Amino acid sequence: MGKTGTAGNKDKRVRSDCFVEIELTEMGGIEIDLKSKVIKLYREAILDLCMEELRFFGIENAKVIIEDHGALPFILEARIEAAVKMCLDTDREFLPEMIPENLYHTEKERFRRSRLYLPGNTPSYMINAGIHKPDGIILDLEDAVAPSKKGEAKILVRNALRHINFYGAERMVRINQIPMGLDDLDYVIPHNVNVVLIPKCESAEQILEVDEQILRISRENDVHNPVYLMPIIESALGVVKAFEIASSSENIVSLAIGLEDYTADVGTQRTIEGRESFFARSQVVNAARAAGVQPIDSVFSDVADTEALKKTIIESKSLGFEGMGCIHPRQINIIHKYYAPNEAEIEKAKMIIEAFYEAEQKGMGVVSLGSKMIDPPVVKRALRTMEYAVKAGKCPKDWRKVDA
Amino acid sequence: MPDNLIENAMGRMIPTEINGKKIIPFMGLGKHIPEGRKYGPQIFSSVNYPADGNKVVPSLKDALIKCGLRDGMTVSTHHHLRNGDLVTNEIFRIASEIGIKDLVWFPSASFPCHEPIIEYLENGTIDHIEGSMNGPLGRFTSQGRMKGTGVLRSHGGRYQAVQDGEVRIDIAVIAAPTSDPFGNSNGLYGPSACGGLGYALADYQYADRVIILTDNLVPFPCFPMQIVGNYVDFVVEVERIGIPEKIVSGTTRITRSPDRLYLADLTARFCDEAGLIRDGFSFQTGAGGTSLAIGENFHRILKSRGIKARFVSGGSTQYISNMLKDGCLDYLLDAQTFDLESVRSMRENPNHVATSIFNCYNYHGKGNYTTMMDIVILGATEVDVNFNGNVVTHSDGYLLHGIGGWQNALFGRNVILPIPLFRDRIPVIRDEVTTLCGPGELIDVIVTERGIAINPLRVDLIEKMKGSDLPIKTIHELKEEAERICGKSKTAEFEDRIIAAIKWVDGTVIDVVRQVRE
Repeated sequence: MGKTGTAGNKDKRVRSDCFVEIELTEMGGIEIDLKSKVIKLYREAILDLCMEELRFFGIENAKVIIEDHGALPFILEARIEAAVKMCLDTDREFLPEMIPENLYHTEKERFRRSRLYLPGNTPSYMINAGIHKPDGIILDLEDAVAPSKKGEAKILVRNALRHINFYGAERMVRINQIPMGLDDLDYVIPHNVNVVLIPKCESAEQILEVDEQILRISRENDVHNPVYLMPIIESALGVVKAFEIASSSENIVSLAIGLEDYTADVGTQRTIEGRESFFARSQVVNAARAAGVQPIDSVFSDVADTEALKKTIIESKSLGFEGMGCIHPRQINIIHKYYAPNEAEIEKAKMIIEAFYEAEQKGMGVVSLGSKMIDPPVVKRALRTMEYAVKAGKCPKDWRKVDA
Repeated sequence: MPDNLIENAMGRMIPTEINGKKIIPFMGLGKHIPEGRKYGPQIFSSVNYPADGNKVVPSLKDALIKCGLRDGMTVSTHHHLRNGDLVTNEIFRIASEIGIKDLVWFPSASFPCHEPIIEYLENGTIDHIEGSMNGPLGRFTSQGRMKGTGVLRSHGGRYQAVQDGEVRIDIAVIAAPTSDPFGNSNGLYGPSACGGLGYALADYQYADRVIILTDNLVPFPCFPMQIVGNYVDFVVEVERIGIPEKIVSGTTRITRSPDRLYLADLTARFCDEAGLIRDGFSFQTGAGGTSLAIGENFHRILKSRGIKARFVSGGSTQYISNMLKDGCLDYLLDAQTFDLESVRSMRENPNHVATSIFNCYNYHGKGNYTTMMDIVILGATEVDVNFNGNVVTHSDGYLLHGIGGWQNALFGRNVILPIPLFRDRIPVIRDEVTTLCGPGELIDVIVTERGIAINPLRVDLIEKMKGSDLPIKTIHELKEEAERICGKSKTAEFEDRIIAAIKWVDGTVIDVVRQVRE
């Protein structure tokens, strides 16, 4: 028997995915055994794609089994490539088109209220993720992917970055823990990833390693887009070193905390009240603010309990966090709503901004509100509050005109 | 196979005869106005029925024989027992046992539980089905294995066909959860309770012979009389007519799929921005997960503004019943009760009124409610760039669903179809629908998760939505977007043989379905 490679999923419940098995043979050309729920409509398309891809990898003789559950072309391509790469050693990549909609970059200061985790080896969740309008989507190569599936997930995530329209969400990838995660970067950096999430971060060195690797890959691939970093603190040591980590690279835009692993590490359990992680969360907020980056909270994992989610967000916001992770699209709107500034915050921000413009108009160097002097960072913060209020639909875009 | 094909007003090639009967090709909306008088049932005399009112006979077999069951007859059933129906298969088992051939089964709908019917189609007991061919029956039919040609009609179209004398029911077998020996019966009580029996209206009023089959025989009189015993020939008591847990879903549930919830949100926002949700408006939604979510969104909007809907018509669910209770709705005109909470609501709330579905769906009548409905939410397996809709076949050509009330509900003022842009890899918006079930003139808005297309005929809606933040696109843009994601799909391949005809609500033939090339 020749070398054999398999990739993809074939459980009965699988949708928008396929299972591919390739066995290299000595002769007899390429034989494809195709089963597909869309066979009447896409038989030739699937066979043509498979032949083209095998030829691309220089394979002339092979037995191929494809069990297709309605996989989109870029998914089929990823699965075939992954199976091929288990049979032979090659650096070639069979890349789907980079759709022009995906060529956007993001700003350092952009809102990162919600980021939706998508398991890196489950295509059905990825396809429509963007329509739910999270601030960011995370293609997760770490905890959501079984160890035996890490290789094929990287290829799928690469193809997803090139070919799925996420409708303006910040395109993020959570790589594996360093050092293993360094190898993931080859699959994401050349494909216009906006943010790389670094899990279980415990030192500045780890960040620097990632930075270096990104620099190398960018140079080799002539990549010029900014790639930001979001380290995730998930251990006692990480919490202790939070500031060192947050300030280690100018590419860092946010510092996140991961409470599932953190609570395990310190030997306790996560509760809704969250007293066990009060110190850690405060430390992360403090370190992030000190380093001038956004503090971002952990995910809330009970998808069904929206009441508890609301409470958690209100608490999180009061501690100083600007956003959190989500594991289900239904959490997104709740997150946007409850992190949004409340009425009192909006009123105060409006007054500060008005005072600023008034001072500017009168040519005064110092802004004051009542008897209080207002520093530039406060004005900046007020502007951001108003931007948020507009985005959350709590204020019209032209609120200054409307109020006047 | 008939050689004579003619082109109907939608450009579809259809035969001049189906099952040996001449047909009228679809002539365009509102073009075919039949003349003459409705079909009248036979005259009977009470002399021939027992004076003590006891019409009970020992078994279904006895009843069928007494009704004169013979080759080529049309036997009808209703679908109120849904997927828990134990009656239909038994009718044809008996017919097969006594060697009857070439029957026509005329159900108001079929379900997966009717898969055993295939045996009787194969052994010649049944020639063909005039009704919905769902799941396994649809596949069987699509493979060209049914002897005669299937005929698919909408709920209203079925009523029209009987009234117009196009279909003559020889024997109606009506499963009734409660009945008295005279034949007065209802679906409200008994171990197989199903709510109403409204779809059997044409069957018991127009059939030559009517058999009531019940597993809850009560002494005369049985109230309420949803079916009036004066139309009934025989009553049979059996151990069980249905499997309760498969008859009524205890609860209907709003979808939990985030993608469908998003579609529901988008649909409600569209209706709101288009000014369709206003004090005194009316709507109809189905019992599917997305439809329920749309109803809930309407409820929320009404409540937040302190306004009310005047009436909701069609199927009732706990969500709509709750809207009534909540004061956001004046009347719930209930033609089909989908869950136990609605059954309770109908008992307790005088504004939750049982009505006949044919008040909404009877095309050959003096008007009907549907044309008064402001918003109608429907689904489709496919829609094409001309807004034509398909609800019976999938894009691979297989017949898998019935028409239900879909064609009838298309006459609402604003017909909105929330559908995904593609299912698995198959685009839902295509150049041309595989099977034409409803003309695009009647379909106003297609809402997909990636954009909303308004029928160019609805200049008023297009005008209203100018400047909206909602993703308004053309139907062509949506089609291209789907193709870009999925890749251009082939169209289904067919043999020449026609396996089913699709009737329009006026009795004309709007399209046919051909055997799938396998």
